[in-house]
Amino acid sequence: MSAALELRDVTVVRQNQLGLDGVSVHINAGEFVGVIGPNGAGKTTLLTAINGMCPLTRGSVRVGGRDPHGWGGHRVRAGIGYVPQLRRPDPRLPITVRESVMTGRLGQLGWLKRPGREDWRKVDEALNRVGVGELAARPLGQLSGGEYQRAAIARVLVQEPGVYLFDEPASSIDPQAQHDVIGLVQSLHRDTGATILYVTHDLPALPMAARRLLLLKDGRLWRDGPREALLEPREIRALYGFEAGVYPFDEGGGEGVVLRSRAAR
Amino acid sequence: MIWEWLPHDYLMAAVLAGLLTGVICGIAGAFIVTMHLAFLSVCIAHAAFAGALCAVWLGFPPLALALAFSLGAAAIVGPLAEQGDLSPDASIGIIFTLMIGLAFLFFGLAPEARATSLTLFWGSILTAGGTDITVLGVTAAMCLLLVGGFFKEIQAVVCHRETAMAAGVPAAVVTYGILFGTGAVIASSLPVIGGLLVYSLLINPAAAALQLTYSLRRMIVLSASFGVASCWVGLAASYFWDLPAGASIVIVSALIFAAAAGLSPKRRRWPSWKMRATKPA
Repeated sequence: MSAALELRDVTVVRQNQLGLDGVSVHINAGEFVGVIGPNGAGKTTLLTAINGMCPLTRGSVRVGGRDPHGWGGHRVRAGIGYVPQLRRPDPRLPITVRESVMTGRLGQLGWLKRPGREDWRKVDEALNRVGVGELAARPLGQLSGGEYQRAAIARVLVQEPGVYLFDEPASSIDPQAQHDVIGLVQSLHRDTGATILYVTHDLPALPMAARRLLLLKDGRLWRDGPREALLEPREIRALYGFEAGVYPFDEGGGEGVVLRSRAAR
Repeated sequence: MIWEWLPHDYLMAAVLAGLLTGVICGIAGAFIVTMHLAFLSVCIAHAAFAGALCAVWLGFPPLALALAFSLGAAAIVGPLAEQGDLSPDASIGIIFTLMIGLAFLFFGLAPEARATSLTLFWGSILTAGGTDITVLGVTAAMCLLLVGGFFKEIQAVVCHRETAMAAGVPAAVVTYGILFGTGAVIASSLPVIGGLLVYSLLINPAAAALQLTYSLRRMIVLSASFGVASCWVGLAASYFWDLPAGASIVIVSALIFAAAAGLSPKRRRWPSWKMRATKPA
């Protein structure tokens, strides 16, 4: 199959800290890949290395055969939808939700072109799809955590990329919003067949659609394989230092796993 | 027309200089304040000031070196703040103190030109000449042209730089464009407002405008209007009560901020998002 993402020996050192250590991975177009690991394992660094926002110390990244770190990397980024971890913006920011979601179209529009009627229609459609259409005129900084994450997903929807990178999109929000966000991501994969990398440290928040898992530990790609093989007590214990029972459930198209844990002796 | 009841030609020039300075400082300030880069503008202002004093010492036109120093400061501070090896506050602070040191060094090296140097400290809007107004006019035209042409990119970067960058907007180009543009605005305003006062005209009107709206377009218009109002009211106060013009302008701009903060709907108890916000066509 054609590679949507290709990382070769990617090493990132920032401020004397090793973020990634020789990570090589090949992800096919249309795959939904979960990336898990404890805090500080290099999950966010992996995503920012892929979209070219974090400089590489060594190695190479190709997205659809193109280098996001090279000259004109912003053109490659226009084809990568990135939803970062929730960071609440300044509540006084002079930008509405609708204007912020339009940012997703700008990479494709290019310099000097103004968004047209079709662009605004796509923005409104995306806002309605993620369930925040009625908040379009609200200032971005006035959204709740769950609303803000939905707006972020609307922003990458209008970008219409071939690759989506989700960095803990369901963390720091309430369980209902978490369920909705995971459902949105899964329906996005089902409807568009896009390549998705979904990062989480919270195993119950790992979508069922993630059939392949990358397990990161101390900046290294520690395991790479099918969900069934890696999401089992021995691997979880080795990764997190926890005794854990893993109980998949699939209730109403449900997503995730349930962990019952006790600290490892 | 306002010109007809202005008693002197020099006042007409001052009114025009105030209009142009208020507009360009208001526009640049709107971006600087939204991006939380107020300290950076103070640093660039001091760099322009040091450059102008260096020019006085060397016998060059102050504008040329003021522009070179302010652009140089923007080019140095930007990457230092971005690379994260030092905190932005520390890196900007180091350049800021260096620029103050250089300014006083050049001031001390040119004792025979003390009067000219002091003018660069406080500015002299009442003696604004044709060259000053032409430079301000060209800067204002470029500001309006660039902001009009690249508004969508500027708004995306100013409000959420990382999001814009991730979406494929060349955010570094836009950020450095704003920094260099601010350098040009400061350098061209220096003879009129002075090196120690110019950043107050960048920050106060924009901070006042931010209190009153959630729309960047409206914020730019308000900020420029407050900048012009500060210059004109300060100028009138200076004319009628024989006060220093630069100081009057700065004090008026601070009073406008205080009034805006007091009246700000963002501080009221009802949902602030109900304030009018731009809905693009």
